[in-house]
Amino acid sequence: MSQTALLLLWAACGLLTFAIRYSFIALEGHYRPPDWFIRWLPFVPIAALTAITAPELLLVAGQLDMGFGNARFWAGLVAIAVAALWKNTLLTIGSGFAALWLLNWLQ
Amino acid sequence: MTATAAFLLGVRALLPMLLGVAPFGIIYGVVALQSGIPPLAAFLMSSLVFAGSAQFLLAQLVGAGAPALLMVGAVGLINLRHALYSASVAPVLAHLPRRWKLLLSYLLTDEAYAAAIPHLLAEPRSPQAHWILFGSGFALWFGWQLATLAGVLVGAQLPADLGLDFALPLTFIAIVVPLIDSKPRLAAALFSGMVAVLLVALPYKTGLFAAALAGLAAGAYLQGRQTA
Repeated sequence: MSQTALLLLWAACGLLTFAIRYSFIALEGHYRPPDWFIRWLPFVPIAALTAITAPELLLVAGQLDMGFGNARFWAGLVAIAVAALWKNTLLTIGSGFAALWLLNWLQ
Repeated sequence: MTATAAFLLGVRALLPMLLGVAPFGIIYGVVALQSGIPPLAAFLMSSLVFAGSAQFLLAQLVGAGAPALLMVGAVGLINLRHALYSASVAPVLAHLPRRWKLLLSYLLTDEAYAAAIPHLLAEPRSPQAHWILFGSGFALWFGWQLATLAGVLVGAQLPADLGLDFALPLTFIAIVVPLIDSKPRLAAALFSGMVAVLLVALPYKTGLFAAALAGLAAGAYLQGRQTA
């Protein structure tokens, strides 16, 4: 893609992101979101982000691989455990990379 | 509280978060360059889109040659959670002129919201409360611009075999795992992950959308049974 095409793509993504952030701030006083919408919104990042992450961890060249040769799967498990225990972003990313590099170095 | 004091309160609440955001921004810059995005465009994404995890995903999708419409849709899906923050701060900002609402909407990120919301709830009637959110939002924006600029500048010198693109799944793990505090939420993650793996061969990553919907449906079904 050309630099101009990329910048147009950024602008489209930025406008959409801004519209989401502005949505209820703009509507305040005119419209209240329905209860089910507010209740369901927290499920959206869980479902969307897991859909992106799971194939990255579980698949190697399109094939399911949970053997020790798939370092990303095991490093991902380490990161999941660290995230569950400490709920700390930097620690999660750091431990995941440490596990990945260690496993790659061992092989 | 004066406007200056409120602004500084917001900045101070956000500063510790920059410890996590700065390395993340640097890695974004590196990953964007490795996806074939020119340095200037990689840096400008930080002000045009201004959303950390979405910027990672967008950079990787550009590298994979995904269709533009899918990329915009994926960014929207990831950032939909910000609607929750928008609904949450809307009553505090209701009295402000539109220019303030536009500015604070642009700056409304996970970190700014998390840093400012305890103070906003503590003093909801302070006429200067919006300066707290502005302080947090601006501090994060400024830190993010500096960090991604650093990443773009050093990125070209780093070896490509560090596997830095692994930062994206790791970031998503860091966001999602702490959110899973109930069985319906766990079911949403498991179903979405399973369907995504099963449908990965579908063209243009359309399996991602099917998987996200399957996860939502599974969570909704279980939650409905619990409350019924």
